[in-house]
Amino acid sequence: MHADETGRGGGGSLLQAGAPGAAYAEGEPILQVRGLVKHYPLTQGILFKKQVGAVKAVDGVDFDLSAGETLGIVGESGCGKSTVARMLVHLEPVTGGSIRYKGEDITKLSGRALKAVRRNIQMVFQDPYTSLNPRMTVGDIIGEPYEIHPEVAPRGSRRKRVQDLLDVVGLNPEYINRYPHQFSGGQRQRIGIARGLALNPEIIVADEPVSALDVSVQAQVVNLLDRLQAEFDLSFVFIAHDLSIVRHISDRVGVMYLGRIVEIGTDQEIYDHPTHPYTQALLSAVPVPDPTARDHRERIILHGDVPSPANIPSGCRFRTRCWKAQERCALEVPLLAVPAVFRDTSTPARHDSACHFAEEKRVVPPEGLLETPEPADAPPEEDDRDDRGGPA
Amino acid sequence: MPEQQPWEDPSGAISGTGAGGATDLAMEEGGSLEKSPGPDGTGPAGKPRSLWSDAWRDLRRNPVFIISALIILFLVVISIWPSLIADRDPLSCDLGKAQEGSQPGHPFGFDGQGCDVYTRTVYGARTSVTVGVCATLGVSLLGGVLGGLAGFFGGVWDAVLSRITDVFFGIPVVLGGLVFLSVVTSSTVWPVIGFIVLLGWPQIARIARGSVITAKQNDYVQAARALGASNTRMMLRHITPNAVAPVIVVATIALGTYISLEATLSFLGVGLKPPAVSWGIDISAASQYIRNAPHMLLWPAGALAITVLAFIMLGDAVRDALDPKLR
Amino acid sequence: MLLEVRDLHVEFHTREGVAKAVNGVNYSVDAGETLAVLGESGSGKSVTAQAIMGILDMPPGKISGGEIVFKDRDLLKLRTEERRRIRGQEMAMIFQDALSSLNPVLSVGEQLGEMFVVHRGMSRSDAKVKAIELMDRVRIPAARERVGNFPHQFSGGMRQRIMIAMALALEPDLIIADEPTTALDVTVQAQVMDLLAELQRELNMGLILITHDLGVVADVADKIAVMYAGRIVETSPVHDIYRAPAHPYTKGLLRSIPRLDQKGQELYAIKGLPPNLLHIPPGCAFHPRCPMAQPVCRTDVPPLYTVDENRRSACHFWKETLDAR
Repeated sequence: MHADETGRGGGGSLLQAGAPGAAYAEGEPILQVRGLVKHYPLTQGILFKKQVGAVKAVDGVDFDLSAGETLGIVGESGCGKSTVARMLVHLEPVTGGSIRYKGEDITKLSGRALKAVRRNIQMVFQDPYTSLNPRMTVGDIIGEPYEIHPEVAPRGSRRKRVQDLLDVVGLNPEYINRYPHQFSGGQRQRIGIARGLALNPEIIVADEPVSALDVSVQAQVVNLLDRLQAEFDLSFVFIAHDLSIVRHISDRVGVMYLGRIVEIGTDQEIYDHPTHPYTQALLSAVPVPDPTARDHRERIILHGDVPSPANIPSGCRFRTRCWKAQERCALEVPLLAVPAVFRDTSTPARHDSACHFAEEKRVVPPEGLLETPEPADAPPEEDDRDDRGGPA
Repeated sequence: MPEQQPWEDPSGAISGTGAGGATDLAMEEGGSLEKSPGPDGTGPAGKPRSLWSDAWRDLRRNPVFIISALIILFLVVISIWPSLIADRDPLSCDLGKAQEGSQPGHPFGFDGQGCDVYTRTVYGARTSVTVGVCATLGVSLLGGVLGGLAGFFGGVWDAVLSRITDVFFGIPVVLGGLVFLSVVTSSTVWPVIGFIVLLGWPQIARIARGSVITAKQNDYVQAARALGASNTRMMLRHITPNAVAPVIVVATIALGTYISLEATLSFLGVGLKPPAVSWGIDISAASQYIRNAPHMLLWPAGALAITVLAFIMLGDAVRDALDPKLR
Repeated sequence: MLLEVRDLHVEFHTREGVAKAVNGVNYSVDAGETLAVLGESGSGKSVTAQAIMGILDMPPGKISGGEIVFKDRDLLKLRTEERRRIRGQEMAMIFQDALSSLNPVLSVGEQLGEMFVVHRGMSRSDAKVKAIELMDRVRIPAARERVGNFPHQFSGGMRQRIMIAMALALEPDLIIADEPTTALDVTVQAQVMDLLAELQRELNMGLILITHDLGVVADVADKIAVMYAGRIVETSPVHDIYRAPAHPYTKGLLRSIPRLDQKGQELYAIKGLPPNLLHIPPGCAFHPRCPMAQPVCRTDVPPLYTVDENRRSACHFWKETLDAR
């Protein structure tokens, strides 16, 4: 609706100036991540520090992100998904591997070049209570990107832009002088999203953007993100532990375990045709909001705990908790590729899965088996704004 | 819906995160419940408020703050214009009247040298306030900047600063004063202030370092970094405003202790030296006559106690206002 | 009935005014039964539980009315000493955050054994044996070796098991679990929930499960009480409520959660925000957010209408809500 004013229309030429571009052809993935590694050294000694090991938070992650696509990354706490997010937006230096944005590796950039790339890759944070500076007004928070990148918007137009952004995320533009503590969690998250949009980025990395919100507010924010993606033609990296929300919002999904992606594919491939045992266990453990599913659902209960990322098992890192593990799993690291058994097939099970013994197993009951209450009255309200008292 | 209702206002921030217990709900979120300006002006009237103005609103209602602020205001005024309430010269003394008690025109009596105790007590405020304010400013600037930088950059900076502060913490203040100040012959307040700044800055540096580290971890600092903000911007715009409150609180309380430290050093004869006028000097002089003429001790000592207490109470009130969670 | 809460009212006196956290809650739970209390933050679900346990902070909290009848005694009329004896022995609570609920400087063995030393007068060595037994029972591997470990040496799931073990130590009749699995990962969540359900069956305890997660509820609950703004808006056996909710709030919640088994289009979103407890809307508290609201909803507080023998709904238009599916 306001795409013309705040969308890429205004800053388009400037964006190009900052983009490397040379090796980038239309249609190629906008972001290519290869062998991404983050190790935190474990040291001993006070004066002469000696490295005695490393916490391998992220240990070789590969994925592509196409323009306009949403890639969901799911995994349990400690799997490294948030570290990946922070490396994508350059908040954490990488230990190894590359992140190519439009063909150019951005991991080693600094200074002016880094600043230019940052404009195009923005982040939405998890906790709406700590991600907004309590001493700044909403207008200052959303307007700060323009102070850091003054070339994006001339000084005189900033206030108008900020108000447009507030409107876009469903907040009243008159709130521009309020402070964050005057808003609820959902509204704060909208402010954080508006800040992320201010520079017309091409990629938004969202790290658990709704997990701190109340159930009834989560849906509002998820819808907002969905709408913004279409409106601004954004590419999303959506990181979450809630598998249902990830399915809802993602075109493709990667499942992470202990610093690696173990399975990646379209949402249908992952949710309806998982081939990696960890994905299957994860999906089967999600409580389904339907009591009739209680009895005819197979649950794979994993035993034991996730091993420490400082001491990763040899071979397949999931083998210590896997019910299929054999000797080969301890010796040979399974690669993230289409498993041999499915290579010549054309089923949806033919997608990348890092398991020697990949096997399709449907754990989520097929669609339609579970009942959902049908819409009672009108179709879902189009207006996802949560704050307008009455009709404008 | 015809009009805005109070329960529809945007600021019903009672919806906290997760399933916080009832207490958080009532205690912490309670603060933001009332701020409920209606979006289109029909709701309860309200203008945007920063945390500072919230704190000021709290302070204005706090009797402890009002009392201590009035005392401090009075002290500041008389230390700038002591002649407002005392028209004599604190150094003109009449030995003939030594140790005499209260009499018309001399409500506090005379000291051992025959000087007017009232006048000296009034003029003593100037010394105390000057030492307190200047030492606190020096300590806060030095400690705040060094501690803040160490906290922000971490690493070697931080390690070096931490070791230095450890060393300074190991120096006993009074002993240090005896050694350091006994070689100084100046009778002005500056050597004393210099000494306090030298020994006092590590305390503020530690506080500043800690609160910068805490503030640095907030997502909004990360958000600014992700936007490409420079270190200067992050420090000035995001970290300092959020880290300064504990420093202010500790500095206010420390101000009181610096005043009493000056008095202690002067009492021991190494702080200010006559002909300077200081409560410490007067207390020291009066302590010889405590049996015959207790009034000589009472007035400067009382003034000192009230002054120190006022600053400590002020610091407490400011802390309560800036950090409601401590209540 | 093991426990019956009747018309409970709880207020919090804050500087800004009186926050009405609980406004006339009624629910009951029987031995061997699982009642799920569902609600968002600020709905009063945790406050009600704290009032039952007698661990509400007073002040600022104040129980301004109602009865809590537990095994034929009104708990609110008992003396502090008597209530203290009931806690732990007859009713116990499991909290969301196991790490902060366990004492970090005592080993888990000591903390588990403490229950037996204090309530049963056992010797330290007997209590330790009991502690190991309990750890075995909640399936902590290598209990004998780990009994001397400290809470931080256990993973999140294991700590929650220890919390369950503590709650079960004296075999109480009623367990209140406040978001017991919210802080855990899904795979661990399933383990812990299964364990809790199994032990409950085994010991025939009443279980009050407080949660905001509709999925967890569907898996374990027998009946559900949905709370909104300090009131019960709907109570029902678990199957009925998922099939045909009788209150627009419940219905909105059920429709707003994304599904694992389908991609779905735009999510249904309940508009607006949960109410401010200082200014609860008059009439039905949900009316500003309700798609079915009529003038009567703004003025009249809906009573709990009887939908059928086991179901109640606090909606003037419960029939229409049921039919509109």
